[in-house]
Amino acid sequence: MTPPLLTVADITVCHGRRPAVHHLSGRFYPGSMTAIVGPNGAGKSTLLRALAGLHAPESGRIEAPGMKKGDLALLPQQAALDRAFPIGCLDVVMQGFWVRYGAWRAIPPSARAEAEAALAAVGLDGFARRHVGSMSAGQFQRLLFARLLVQDAPVILLDEPFNAVDAKTAADLLAVLRRWHGEGRTVIAVLHDLDMVRREFPQTLLLARDPIGWGPTEQVLSAENRLRARMMAETWSAEAEACDQPRAA
Amino acid sequence: MYDLLIMPFAEFGFMRRALVGCLALSLAAPPLGVFLVLRRLSLTADVLAHGVLPGVAAAYLVAGMSVPALWAGGLAAGLAVAVGAGALSRATGGREDATLAALYLLALASGVTLVSLGGGTADLKALLFGSVLGVDDEALLLMAAVSTLTLFALAVAWRPLVMEWFDPSFARAAGARGGAWHMLFLGLLVLNLLAAFQALGTLMGVGLMMLPAIAARHWAREVGLMAYAAAGIAIVSTVIGLLLSFHLDLPSGPSIVLVAGLAWACSVLLGPVDGLLPRLVHRRHLAG
Repeated sequence: MTPPLLTVADITVCHGRRPAVHHLSGRFYPGSMTAIVGPNGAGKSTLLRALAGLHAPESGRIEAPGMKKGDLALLPQQAALDRAFPIGCLDVVMQGFWVRYGAWRAIPPSARAEAEAALAAVGLDGFARRHVGSMSAGQFQRLLFARLLVQDAPVILLDEPFNAVDAKTAADLLAVLRRWHGEGRTVIAVLHDLDMVRREFPQTLLLARDPIGWGPTEQVLSAENRLRARMMAETWSAEAEACDQPRAA
Repeated sequence: MYDLLIMPFAEFGFMRRALVGCLALSLAAPPLGVFLVLRRLSLTADVLAHGVLPGVAAAYLVAGMSVPALWAGGLAAGLAVAVGAGALSRATGGREDATLAALYLLALASGVTLVSLGGGTADLKALLFGSVLGVDDEALLLMAAVSTLTLFALAVAWRPLVMEWFDPSFARAAGARGGAWHMLFLGLLVLNLLAAFQALGTLMGVGLMMLPAIAARHWAREVGLMAYAAAGIAIVSTVIGLLLSFHLDLPSGPSIVLVAGLAWACSVLLGPVDGLLPRLVHRRHLAG
């Protein structure tokens, strides 16, 4: 049995005192393709950010033995980016080279060619000089995927990658995801479309603040589990008391 | 023609020093200003300029018009306000503009009080408005050093700064320590403002940094080109402003900044990006 890539040990991730992820434990194995699903407010984005190292858990541990910074590539939600920033498409893609070249080393011409190839691979051929303010949501999302391609990271985290994109774009980007999975990379994505999850993702984590299920997709996405998730979402109270559950050592 | 354009610089050492000093600044400060404009922090430079005033004034009281003392005082106060505003606002709920406003008013009042406690109005005028005569060799060396340091620092910091401001989550996940680069940027800002005070004075120092940067927005759609445009506008403003101040006997600081302001007005009117007049010119839309 291959050792897990990322182990989550009884983590609780909070915003202030409110838990967004509540006592979650589990493992991500190398080469796995996992969807994180759940109702709105279930802590899915928060979990992803915690895995990427952006949000420290209030209790518990995330273990990633042998992984360096830069092994995890993150696709943030589009809303978090400054679309008005005057930057060209090729420059955005080249940001993916940060892990390889940093601030000090010059970026060679071969890297430029690689960036242009990445643009072509996501269907943005010829967009190198376009500035991001003039792109639609779908084109912009393709651009962010091109940046991920160039990063060449073993673990890829995607936060709602198919929000607000049309069917053709979603299909094209899904093909990129399948390619990554085929290359043996570990893919973890927050998604809303359960049909897509059933079709494409072998593993699912169903989260409604507390974990409801984590394992093979068909088992986790049972009607019973989905009902439980909906009911839990409806009972998130305005007034809650301090948590009694024992914390991890 | 020669008398108009070349003679002031050919014949007068102080004009030459002012020119070289301000040209050095025109290369380094406007790119920093471009970043401030893009981050909607255009007023931050002004706030920092007021923030250094108590430091400069205190140094002036203690050591007179000694350039190293003024620099040390200004640097200490400037960094305190810049880093303090950032840290304090992050610790108290993120209202960075409010924290900056509070610090700026506090600093301005302290600075004016200190200056009025101290001394002669002639020196005060020089402090506030700058004096072309104030650029001696020592000051020139400092201005050139700051400019060189800034250009080298920007060459390295450009990539992580753009990354941090365009997509901070991505930058953090990739391990680019955006916070550290941001602190470096603030430090460069304070250094350049202090350097600008030599020839332009505390009131006007910000002008050379910000006006060309604001004007550059109308000439380019990409951050790198904006930086070049801003530096270019600043260089032209410096030369014309110094010539005007010489021939019309005006203070140097306001002259340079007035010319830069004129350049901004022209940019708003004529600039291809978001300019007023190009909107009136109808161009056929592209086929696809």
